[in-house]
Amino acid sequence: MCNVCGCGAGETRIDGHLQEEGVRQGRPGDAPTGWRVAHAHGAVHYGHGPAGAQAPGMSQARMLSIEKGILSRNDALAEENRHWLAGRGILALNLVSSPGAGKTTLLVRTIQALQARVPVSVVEGDQQTSFDAERIRATGAPALQINTGKGCHLDALMVGQALGRLAPPAESVLLIENVGNLVCPAAFDLGERAKVVVLSVTEGDDKPLKYPDMFAAASLMLINKTDLLPYVDFNVDKAIDFALRVNPALVVIPVSATTGAGFDAWLDWVGAHLDEARAAARLPAGLAVDGGA
Amino acid sequence: MHEMSLAEGIRQIVEEAARNQGFGRVRTVVLEIGQLAAVEPDSLRFCFDAVMKGGPADGAVLQIDRVPGRGWCAQCAAHVDIAELYDPCPRCGSYRVQVSGGTEMRVKELEIE
Repeated sequence: MCNVCGCGAGETRIDGHLQEEGVRQGRPGDAPTGWRVAHAHGAVHYGHGPAGAQAPGMSQARMLSIEKGILSRNDALAEENRHWLAGRGILALNLVSSPGAGKTTLLVRTIQALQARVPVSVVEGDQQTSFDAERIRATGAPALQINTGKGCHLDALMVGQALGRLAPPAESVLLIENVGNLVCPAAFDLGERAKVVVLSVTEGDDKPLKYPDMFAAASLMLINKTDLLPYVDFNVDKAIDFALRVNPALVVIPVSATTGAGFDAWLDWVGAHLDEARAAARLPAGLAVDGGA
Repeated sequence: MHEMSLAEGIRQIVEEAARNQGFGRVRTVVLEIGQLAAVEPDSLRFCFDAVMKGGPADGAVLQIDRVPGRGWCAQCAAHVDIAELYDPCPRCGSYRVQVSGGTEMRVKELEIE
């Protein structure tokens, strides 16, 4: 509840502060708008409350039950991708973070460490430019750039098309670098085996609480740029505590993509998941198609 | 702004239903959105009005039913209510609470004519 004016609790806030209920239950004339400016004390915040607009004249029409996930089309395409990858024993990881957390530098070092042992291919997602794919290709690994234009995330259709063009070999590693965005990519399954969220120490240690959806969706959190810890006010224990509040099952590995610190643990994690993906593909058909979460 | 993608997902579901069921217009689209789902209802409303234009749900009322958040507390070995992903267990205060419900984003039903 807003401690200035006592309005109801919501999900997002501006100035850390809550807005009045904009949409009242059961009032047909109450057309909701995208956002509202409310309080005398100048705070604005978006989207909360019951949002229960009632339809006028309900009795004159009939209700048709649908019961279908809004993202069901994306989810179905993601399952196709997962099936395709699982059948070939390919480990696909979806790397997500804010812009500038060091995903591409991390990928470059990871590829350099892995490629003597296992083929690695990369899907790069950015709104514009092919800078990142060029950086990856400089390592010798095949990379495909997807520009989402105005889009804020990769979706399963884009990745499915990328799989067709990249044609990653069986039992290899596919690293998908999502658009730098700690919000939207959380909701879009690409068919990956796991989401890896990268949090860098030049960001706030409270990010897991500020953007909880992504930390809830991830299986692994890499805390990157640990070489800069002496120069920044970032409390690693606090960041880990906050992340585990959101997702008690989250695995955490601190790393530095610049110095290579922590990379043994990260590469071991990749290796263990690759072994699982390969082992699952060698099971009799029907058992192998599950692919894992 | 993934709410735009969500609105497009809703339109696809509405158009598919209109084709299969042979109805012309939708008066109300009823969604079920979990309290812990990664979606802002007001952003979705804004996108909904724009994306439905020219389709069967052009001008339709969007009704959003919220589903409360639920979690499994490992400490209490019980299901508990939570309002945020990072909420502690309301019984014991532990943060070892795994989300178990309230993340859904579904088209529940359509009021058609």
